[in-house]
Amino acid sequence: MTHTINVTVNGTAYQRTVEARLLLSDFLRHDLGLTGTHVGCEQGSCGACTILLDGEAVRSCLLFAVQVDGHELTTVEGLTPDWDMASTHEDLHPIQIAFREKHGLQCGFCTPGFLMTLVPFLAENPDPTEHEIRQAISGNLCRCTGYVGIVEAVKLAAELLREDDKVTG
Amino acid sequence: MTTRYFGKPIRRNEDPRLLTGQALFTDDVELPGMLHAAFVRSDYAHAWLRGIDTSLARDLPGVVAIYTAADLGDYWQPGPLLVNPPPIKDLVFNTATQVPLARDKVRHAGEPIAIVVAESRYIAEDAVDLIFVDYDPLPAIVHLADALKPDASIIHDDLGTNLNAHVIQEKGNYAAAAAQADLVIKRHFDYDRGTAAAMENRGIVATWDAKSEQLTMWDTTQAPISIRNGLAGMLGLSERQVRVIAPFIGGGFGPKIMMFYPEEVLLSWITMRLNRPVKWIEDRRENFFATTQERGQVHEAEIALTRDGKVLGVKDVFLHDAGAYAPYGLTVPINSQCTLLGQYDVANYYTEFTSVFTNKPIVTPYRGAGRQHGVFVMERLLDFAARELGIDRAEIRRRNFIPPDAFPYSNDIIFQDFAPLVYDSGNYEPALDRVLEMIDYKHFIEVEQPRLRAEGKHVGLGLVTYVEGTGIGPYEGAKVTVEASGRVSVATGIGTQGQGHFTSFAQVVAEQLGVPVENIRLVTGDTSEFYWGAGTFASRGAVVAGNAIHAAAVAVRRKILDKASEELEVDPEDLELVDGVVQVKGVPASAIPLGELARRANPMRGAVKPGSEPGLEATDYFGPERGATASGVHAMIVEVDPETMMVQIKRHVVVHDCGTVINPMILEGQIQGGVAQGLGNAFYEQLHWDDNGQLLNASFMDFLLPTADTVPHVEMDHVVTPSPLNPLGIKGAGEAGAIPVAPLFAQAVEDALIDFDVELNEIPLSPNRLFELVAEARGLHGSES
Repeated sequence: MTHTINVTVNGTAYQRTVEARLLLSDFLRHDLGLTGTHVGCEQGSCGACTILLDGEAVRSCLLFAVQVDGHELTTVEGLTPDWDMASTHEDLHPIQIAFREKHGLQCGFCTPGFLMTLVPFLAENPDPTEHEIRQAISGNLCRCTGYVGIVEAVKLAAELLREDDKVTG
Repeated sequence: MTTRYFGKPIRRNEDPRLLTGQALFTDDVELPGMLHAAFVRSDYAHAWLRGIDTSLARDLPGVVAIYTAADLGDYWQPGPLLVNPPPIKDLVFNTATQVPLARDKVRHAGEPIAIVVAESRYIAEDAVDLIFVDYDPLPAIVHLADALKPDASIIHDDLGTNLNAHVIQEKGNYAAAAAQADLVIKRHFDYDRGTAAAMENRGIVATWDAKSEQLTMWDTTQAPISIRNGLAGMLGLSERQVRVIAPFIGGGFGPKIMMFYPEEVLLSWITMRLNRPVKWIEDRRENFFATTQERGQVHEAEIALTRDGKVLGVKDVFLHDAGAYAPYGLTVPINSQCTLLGQYDVANYYTEFTSVFTNKPIVTPYRGAGRQHGVFVMERLLDFAARELGIDRAEIRRRNFIPPDAFPYSNDIIFQDFAPLVYDSGNYEPALDRVLEMIDYKHFIEVEQPRLRAEGKHVGLGLVTYVEGTGIGPYEGAKVTVEASGRVSVATGIGTQGQGHFTSFAQVVAEQLGVPVENIRLVTGDTSEFYWGAGTFASRGAVVAGNAIHAAAVAVRRKILDKASEELEVDPEDLELVDGVVQVKGVPASAIPLGELARRANPMRGAVKPGSEPGLEATDYFGPERGATASGVHAMIVEVDPETMMVQIKRHVVVHDCGTVINPMILEGQIQGGVAQGLGNAFYEQLHWDDNGQLLNASFMDFLLPTADTVPHVEMDHVVTPSPLNPLGIKGAGEAGAIPVAPLFAQAVEDALIDFDVELNEIPLSPNRLFELVAEARGLHGSES
C-alpha cells in the first residue's frame, strides 16, 4: 500500500510516493539522502534520530513517513543549509560551534540527535541551569563522551545564541 | 623546532563534517542496484538444527536469494583463531571459532542460521519471518560454574568438553609467602557480563565490480587491513583486489575488531555471486546477540600480608566466560592475570584460570579487555586488608607501590603480547598524593564524613589505583606527503572510532613540519590508501600509529630541509619550518612555501638525482618492543539513599599518567567517557539471561546506559612519566577511564553503607542488588569472615 506525501524538509518541498510502513528515519536517510540523521536503536530510546517536526523535537524512528504529510521538518543538514567545502568554523550554527569548542562529540554518531534536541530547548530556555541542561538531554544517549563536554557545549551555545540575539534583536 | 601544535588542546579537524551531517558512516553508503540483507537468527541458545524451510520466503516478491550453511559449500569454514595461546608452560587450550552460518547446531541465541537478500530491508525482514527452523533444544550452559560439571551439556561436541583453556602463571612462591604471613584474607568475587553498546550498530556494504575484478567493502571494523587480508584469502582474491574502507565509525570499544564476523564473510561472498551491491545494517536487538561481549568472571582470591600491611603474595584462581566460541584466544583472561598486581611490588603471585565455553554470545575484548577484573580483585583485597589491619586505605597502597627507581619492573609472567610483563616506567606516589589533595582526603575522612554521618547521611569515599598495559605491537605505518597545494596528507592503516585521530595525528605532523593542523588531512581505515597495519585496539592508536606518523614526518622534514638547503644554498641547520614555509632562520624574505618546494621536488623537466625519490613524501613504521604501562589513581565520594539504594556520585577525581600528552582536550574526553562506561558497568548495566540462555533485556529500554543526568563531571589532573619505549614518550589512554571504576564504586558505596556491615564483592551493583545485599547482611550480621 503506497501513499503520496508532500513534505518540506530544510526548506525544500518534496513529493514522494511511499509505502505506508516506511519509517520516517528511513525516508529521510534513504529516500531523500539526508544521512545526517542517524539511527541507533529504532526503538525511540537513544535519541540519535531526533529531528524537528514543525519546530518540535521528535524521534524520526518512531514515526512513519506518511504521518508527516503536509508538515515541515528540519534535520541536522538544515542547521547549515549553505555548508560546502569552502565553509569554515564560523559558518557553523552556534550550537555546532559550541560542540566543537567544548569537545562535545567524539565518534559523532549521536551528535545530530543532540543538536536537534537542543535547538528548541535553547529557544525556549535561553539561559538554562546545568541541571536543566542535563535533564533536557537525558533522553539522548552518548556512549563516548560521558556527557560533560556536551553539557559544557550547551552552556556555551546558550551564551552564543544570546549574543546573536542581542546583535540581531 | 616549533612547539605550537603538540600538547595543545586544539579543536578537532573532523568535527565540522560530523556536526553538519556530512561525515560518511557505513549505513550512509548508497549504491545503484543495492540489495539488502537480513538474518534468521537462532531462537535457542543451544539446539540441534533439524531442518530449515525457506520455501515460502523464496516465493516472496522482492526476495533475490536465501543462503543457509548448506548453500555455502566449501566456503563454509570456521573462522581463524586470531591470537594463538601465549607460550606458557603446561597451558591447555581447546579451540573453537565461530562459523558463518550455523550448520548442525546453534550455540548461542542470535547465532545466524540463514541470510535473506532482497530488494529492500523491509522485504528481507518479511522473508525472515517466513523461514521456519526446526530446532531440537539442548540444555544451555548459562552459568560459568555449570560448564565443567560432569553431566554438563557439551557445546562443541568434537572437543568433548566445555573447557576452553587452563593456564597457570607464577611469580615467586605464594604458598611459602602465605605460610609466613601475619594475615591471609580470602574472598569470592563475581564480575558479570556487559556489552559495549556503541551508538552505531555494526554494518557492511559490499560491492563486486566484475569488470575491474575489484571487491569494495565498507565495514564498521576497527581493523580494515586485517579484514582485507583475511577476506582476500577466503575469497581466493589478491589482496590488491580487495579494498576495505572503515569510514566514520560510531564508537568501537573493542567488539568492532572481531574477525571475522559472519556478516563480513557472507556479504563479500554474496556480492560476488549476485554481482550487485549488498548492504546489511545490524539493528539494536541484533547487536545485543550478534556483537561480541565481555566481562563474565568468577574469582577465588587471597592476599597474604605482614601486620604492617606489606603484601607478601596474592593467589587468584578464576573462571572465565569465553562465550560460545573463542576466536580471540586468551587475550581477555591473560589481561586479567597481568593487570591484577597493578602498581604494587608483590614478590609472590599464583594465578590460575579456567576458561569455559558457554551458550552465550562470543566474548572478545571490550574497553579494558579483562583488566577490570584484575583491578577489582586486587583493590578489594587491599580494602579488606586495610580494614583488618587498621591501616588507612591510602597508606596501605602507598606502602606497596613499586618504587620509582625499580623500573623497568618485571612481573615474571607472560602478557597478551607474548612478551614478559615488564612495566616500562612509572612514578606512582605523586599521582596518589595529587588525588588525595584534590579530593581533600584527610579533611573528608576526619571532618566532613563524620559531620555528614552525624546528620544521618550515608556518604562514602573510594580510592583505587591501577595500571594499564597499552600500546602493544606488532606495528603500524604511515605515509606523510606534502602536496603541491602546501597541504599535507597523512595516511595510516588503523581505523578511527571517535578518538580524534584526525587531529592528534595532525598535531604530531604539525610539530615536525610547521604546517597548521587544519591544513593536514588524515586518511585512516582505507586499505587503498595505506597497505600495512594491524588495527585500533589495546589503547595503541596514539602509541603505535602516532609514532609511525612521527617517524614519517621526521623523514619528510629531513627531505624538506635537504631540498631547501640546495635551493637556498644554506646549511640545513640554518633553516626553520614555520607556518607552512621553510626559511633561513629569522629571515622571512628567504621563505619558500612548502607547496612550492614540493613542486620543485617533483619537476616536469630536468633530472632527479639518482638514488633520490621525487616529492616530499615518506613512509615509515613503528613497532614497540613491548607495551607501555600507563597508570592512574581514582577517588570518588558518593551518597547513598538507604531507602532506594540510589547512589549519587558527589565527586570523581582522576590523576592519570599516560606519558606525553598530544592533545589534553582529547585525552580528557577519553577519560571522562571511559569513566562513564565504567560507571555503567559498575552500577547500571547488566545483561539478564534466563536459564535457557535467552537474553531478557535486549533493548535500551531495559539495558540501562548512563545518561546525562547521572554521569558526574570528572575532575582531572595528569602526571607525565614518558615511556622510554617510543620516541614520543606516549602511553595509551583509551581504556584508562573505564578500568578502575568498579572497585572504586564498590569501595565508596561500601564505605557509605558502613552501618549496614555489607561487603560488595560483585559487579554490577544496581540499586536492587544493593538492597538485597544489605538485607542479607542484616540477616547474617556478624558472620563476616
